Amino acid sequence: MAVIHDVMPAFELFQPASISDALTLLNRHGSNAWVMAGGLDSFDWLKDRIKRPSVVIDLSQVQALRGIKEQNGGLEIGAATTLTEVARHLVVRDKFRLLMEAAELVASPQIRHQGTIGGNVSQDTRCWYYRSGWTCYRAGGNICYADTPTAINREHAILDADRCVAVNPSDTAPALVALDAQMVIRSARGERIVNAEDYFIGPAVDITRMTVLAPGELLTAIRIPSTWAGAQFYFEKVRDRNVWDFPLLNVASAIKYSGQTIERIHLVINAAAARPLRLHAVEAAVVGKPRNEQTADLAGRIAVQGAQPLRHNGYKIPLMRNVVKRAIRGGGGGTWTS
Amino acid sequence: MDFVRWGQNPWGQNILTHVSWTLFWASLFAGLMFLVAHGSYMLLSAHRKRPSAETDRMEAAQPNLPKRIERHSLMARAFHWVMAAAMFVLLFTAFLPVVGVKFPWVTWHWIAGLVLTGSIVFHIVHASFWLDFWSIWVGPKDIPELKAEVLREMGQDVPGLKSGKYPLGNRLYHLAIMVAGLSAVATGMFMMTRVRTPLFTRNPYLFSDRTWGVTYVTHGVAGVGLVGLVIAHVYFAIRPEKWWITKSMIFGWITRRQYLEHHEPERWRVMTDRPTGRI
Repeated sequence: MAVIHDVMPAFELFQPASISDALTLLNRHGSNAWVMAGGLDSFDWLKDRIKRPSVVIDLSQVQALRGIKEQNGGLEIGAATTLTEVARHLVVRDKFRLLMEAAELVASPQIRHQGTIGGNVSQDTRCWYYRSGWTCYRAGGNICYADTPTAINREHAILDADRCVAVNPSDTAPALVALDAQMVIRSARGERIVNAEDYFIGPAVDITRMTVLAPGELLTAIRIPSTWAGAQFYFEKVRDRNVWDFPLLNVASAIKYSGQTIERIHLVINAAAARPLRLHAVEAAVVGKPRNEQTADLAGRIAVQGAQPLRHNGYKIPLMRNVVKRAIRGGGGGTWTS
Repeated sequence: MDFVRWGQNPWGQNILTHVSWTLFWASLFAGLMFLVAHGSYMLLSAHRKRPSAETDRMEAAQPNLPKRIERHSLMARAFHWVMAAAMFVLLFTAFLPVVGVKFPWVTWHWIAGLVLTGSIVFHIVHASFWLDFWSIWVGPKDIPELKAEVLREMGQDVPGLKSGKYPLGNRLYHLAIMVAGLSAVATGMFMMTRVRTPLFTRNPYLFSDRTWGVTYVTHGVAGVGLVGLVIAHVYFAIRPEKWWITKSMIFGWITRRQYLEHHEPERWRVMTDRPTGRI
């Protein structure tokens, strides 16, 4: 059981000033090293004594990881750029408003000042059984305490669960997937580029990790291509409180039209599974159709096919159906489908 | 080095969770080292077939023996290959993720587990009622053969005392893989109640945390044991001097000469009044 202490546990702290120094440290310490950016996920783990790394690599001094650059009509965002910087960047606001809206809805202003976009997409799940330090699947055990008959699982997964029913809590992740972003990952072995959709992994593939980042690897930047610049965007986050809360569900869509007809669409839901899910079946169903209530209704119905509620999260199915409808139709008007 | 991994449940009890993957690497290493050691030894060891002259005399004395003698019926062969396919799927789906090849493995794993379970049930029934059930087992009666085999391994020319239908090594292997396989299957069937399948209603509370821990560890130990056993099996299946046995598992029969060279007719009686030589 987690016990919150006032002081940090002992670990060796490194504050590299360059990416290459950070990679050298990561290579040297491997899985013993804990990478910290804004610290908002890290401090919980460390102060609760649930994760006990012997080495912490603080990236706050690595200036090369910060800032936003325009690149081929798109953007390259340093992984340690704060969420406030992302939300206030003019090009983000003009061309990729979807990301701006997602970043602005993360937690609270103080957290957005401190939290980074790399940390927001790479943060661990908020399943409270897992974060309480119990030896569940995700912690290397052999049970999911959130998927038992008496579990409190209101926030958990309705889709894509495989033993573990934790969900991805990121707000910017679905926006980045919808925008076809690419994640730049570096390690001592070199650099690899991973599509945002493939950056996140579910429990079926690896039950102990949320992303493809392996020990020794560092997310250094996020590239957003010009593909969806200026498209019609929709982002909605549903949460219990209007500030400082994780999503019960969030949805991101990017749509391009040909006249009144949907020509291309990316539609992504998060907090419904352990990774942001692109709703490919919905996308295929609505392409070529007009943007209206009927199309939105069709999208909502397809979106929840295969959903499996747990004891306390059945509400997520009609919720998801309706946020998907709004993502297709737009926010105003329309009817709630229970 | 830890052989098992421990965790703590919500009641603060220390519970077993899994076998340590160190044992997987140990099993893989042991299996490969066995191949190297045995392969090296076999380069120098004596040929262990019955001498040609003695085989000639036996062949002349039993002119009614058919040319082809059935060693494995079609059903037995079908079982073997279905089981082999299921076993490979099980091992690859279990251990590829451990070595870093990540993919959604659980569904493939339990489906292969069900195929293996079904084939084992079939095999038990088939062997009990249609085959010579005791021909694969080892017991005190095999001590003379064991002694002769050890002496032959040591390079001595020991006459007679050949095996019955199955060589002693084959029977010992069957015993080992039966223990490991049944342990994996039995624990695996219970573990299926913890994952979502269309077959069972999930019941994570079927056992206590401690019993689940023992179940997972037993499954893991059996699994890593099977890695070494399967390596050894494949190795012997492709060794040139064993190829006649592998071929019989494909085509079903061995030649009369192979029968006389490698078996003790007294311990594996072949009916001479039937054209296929079926027992």
